[in-house]
Amino acid sequence: MEGAHVMSGLVLEARGVTLRRGACEVLRGVDLDVRRGELVAIMGLSGGGKTTFLRAVAGLEPFDGGTLSVDGVSLTAHAAPPPDVLRALRRKVGMVFQSHYLFEHLTAAHNVWLALVHVHGVPRPEAERKALALLEQMGVGARAGALPRELSGGEAQRVAIARALAVDPPLLLMDEPTASLDPARRDELGDTLERLTQSGRTLLAATHDDDFVRDYADRVVVVADGRVVEEGVPAAVLGSPQHPATRQLLSQKKRSNGRGAGS
Amino acid sequence: MSSPYNPWSNVAPIDVTQTRARLGSFLLGIARLAAALLLAAGGAARAAAQPPATAGELRWGGDPEGGSPYVEADPLDPSRVVGFEVDVAALIASKLGLTPRFQPVQFASIDASVKRGDFLIGLGGIEDTPARRATLAVTVPYYEFREVLTVRAGDASRFRTLADLRGRRVATLGGTIAYEILLASHAGGGAVAVSYDDDVHPYSDLAIGRVDAVLLDHVLAEKAMRRERGLVTQPDAVARGHYVGVLDLKNAALRGRIDAILREAMRDGSLESIFRRWGLWNDDQQALYTRVLGTIAPAPGATAQSPPGAPDGPAPGVPSTAAAVRRYLPALFRAALITIVLSCLAMALAIVLGVAVASGRVYGGRVLRSLLTAYVELTRGTPVLLQLFVLYYGLAEIVRLPAFVAALLGLGLNYAAYESEIYRSALEAVPKGQLEAARVLGLSERQVFTLVRGPQALRLALAPMTNDFVALLKDSSLVSVLTVVELTKQTQIFAANLGSWVVPGALCAALYLAMSLPLARAARRMEAKWKAPTS
Repeated sequence: MEGAHVMSGLVLEARGVTLRRGACEVLRGVDLDVRRGELVAIMGLSGGGKTTFLRAVAGLEPFDGGTLSVDGVSLTAHAAPPPDVLRALRRKVGMVFQSHYLFEHLTAAHNVWLALVHVHGVPRPEAERKALALLEQMGVGARAGALPRELSGGEAQRVAIARALAVDPPLLLMDEPTASLDPARRDELGDTLERLTQSGRTLLAATHDDDFVRDYADRVVVVADGRVVEEGVPAAVLGSPQHPATRQLLSQKKRSNGRGAGS
Repeated sequence: MSSPYNPWSNVAPIDVTQTRARLGSFLLGIARLAAALLLAAGGAARAAAQPPATAGELRWGGDPEGGSPYVEADPLDPSRVVGFEVDVAALIASKLGLTPRFQPVQFASIDASVKRGDFLIGLGGIEDTPARRATLAVTVPYYEFREVLTVRAGDASRFRTLADLRGRRVATLGGTIAYEILLASHAGGGAVAVSYDDDVHPYSDLAIGRVDAVLLDHVLAEKAMRRERGLVTQPDAVARGHYVGVLDLKNAALRGRIDAILREAMRDGSLESIFRRWGLWNDDQQALYTRVLGTIAPAPGATAQSPPGAPDGPAPGVPSTAAAVRRYLPALFRAALITIVLSCLAMALAIVLGVAVASGRVYGGRVLRSLLTAYVELTRGTPVLLQLFVLYYGLAEIVRLPAFVAALLGLGLNYAAYESEIYRSALEAVPKGQLEAARVLGLSERQVFTLVRGPQALRLALAPMTNDFVALLKDSSLVSVLTVVELTKQTQIFAANLGSWVVPGALCAALYLAMSLPLARAARRMEAKWKAPTS
């Protein structure tokens, strides 16, 4: 099964994806390809549909038109995916939420091995070993026994990434990964994500943070009014924005930075 | 006072089917309950407005639930009461130059109520017991009753005396002479006492086979025989007792005047005419009056009386408090055990059902959700006492639940409604994002519930659940209406026997605390443990 997609090199293929919430058309035909090992950033104004697109890819929200395919698993429009498709999709996609949503009653390590044991049938000792190794790799091995409320924002994010990686999904979705990080932490995260892409993992991150995108993303996609309006290498897109939406995005960012420096 | 000549006019006609008659008696009971509540509400309002010693009034207390022929709400005008005790009160009041004013009170509380001054004299089938004589000013006896055994017609030849009822369940009113007789009989390997709070259900339960006999005053037995078919009352009296009026000890002087009035009424035939009017006159009364009039009238203010009034059945003597405590302590512990076992089982049922109802309301379809909402609102919106009555007496024709099972079901079903609301809000308090995170990890909906949502909801629900368990522990006292003698009922029986609430009340409170405090402690520990990190 894997072979065919390795050849095509595409982990995510979105064609004309539309999604309506009541009278509001959130996605108006999104086309997006993500190749294996890429870190692709989706940028756009708030409410532009970035998070909604990630949720559709994760199978959390049914969409109304177009096609979505994740590493060979195809989702059809209109209906919630049938159980076997959903099961296959869950093995292909991991997600790190902006608010992390760690399971508050379980320790960091337990958060990481829960799905390994209960979904993938890995024996618990082995799952625990793997969880510890992942937490070490994320630099939070010492916090394995802590409950989520005892973790800092950065620590919680690393645990959330470890939890998503534990079941080894080819595609990792991240919603605003740098929102709760100071610049030093942001660079640590960037380095971590680079290591992941080097080892063949594919990352798709929705973000407002153009500095992060410039420094770490392979490609940037700008979404406005439910469509992809501009895409390319970050230096080019952010250096000389062509579309008004991209310019607005960057000018907003500058203004808020200016305010931040002045205060 | 109007007094209908046919006191049974409000009883279901005999030509209807047995089922309907019994249903009728149940509904009658409910109607009486409602009438009593109406009276009690009016009485309470009046009592709040006026002190008990209003000039020109004789305030007297009785239990309108006691029913015909003692005291009951007038079927034609439920704001008034009728009955022979009403007539006796009117007689006493008129001789004192006062207007009678009725104060409704629960039968079991008459003694305590007269002591705290809610009314001057309590009347209404009040038995003359050593305990009452020790703690209250008791009038001369004005009516002699026989404790008689009533059985189903088919058992008339084999259950003639108490001795024939070894190991059989015999119903009576809790805290009465008859109850003491049954307890004494049980101690000697005889019948098993089943305690009721009213005089209707012992007989209806006898008719449907929940008990094998009823031991009660012949006045009540005769009344029941007209209501229930297929019952026979054995002619021989198990014991004899007397009805008296009770006053507070400090009103002994008034008691002396009332005694003189009663003696005069025995001499001039006015008591006889009252009892004849109610169809209660017999030769026993003539003999009683002769005995009472033959004894020397005690000086007004004296508290001691010689025994024409003492029951000649096997009633106990007046116990010293210490001896009574020693005697009742094992019974109190047994009752406490029933309370805790009943509460634990009912809570377990409530938790299981509550989780099911809450899950149905959170996850279920529209039809299921509205059905479950209806169940929760119906259960929360009606008194648990009514639910217990319906479950035990109302459904008796369809399913004859044993008392303990009905109590367990009643409390469990009632508390399930409250628990389900706790769980529902706890389930909804778990952030939706966590559920989505779990789904993306590949957990099935069932696993999301059992591994992520449920465990967190349970932690949130623990504190309100503990609260409910403590409430349930105390609400379990309501099941005494279903003949289950739990801690509060046993305390009432003890207090009636001792003639005081002080010691039994303190013991009862101590036992409840001994059960609820460790519970609260265990819950706090569990909460602390859940908050600590686990591996």
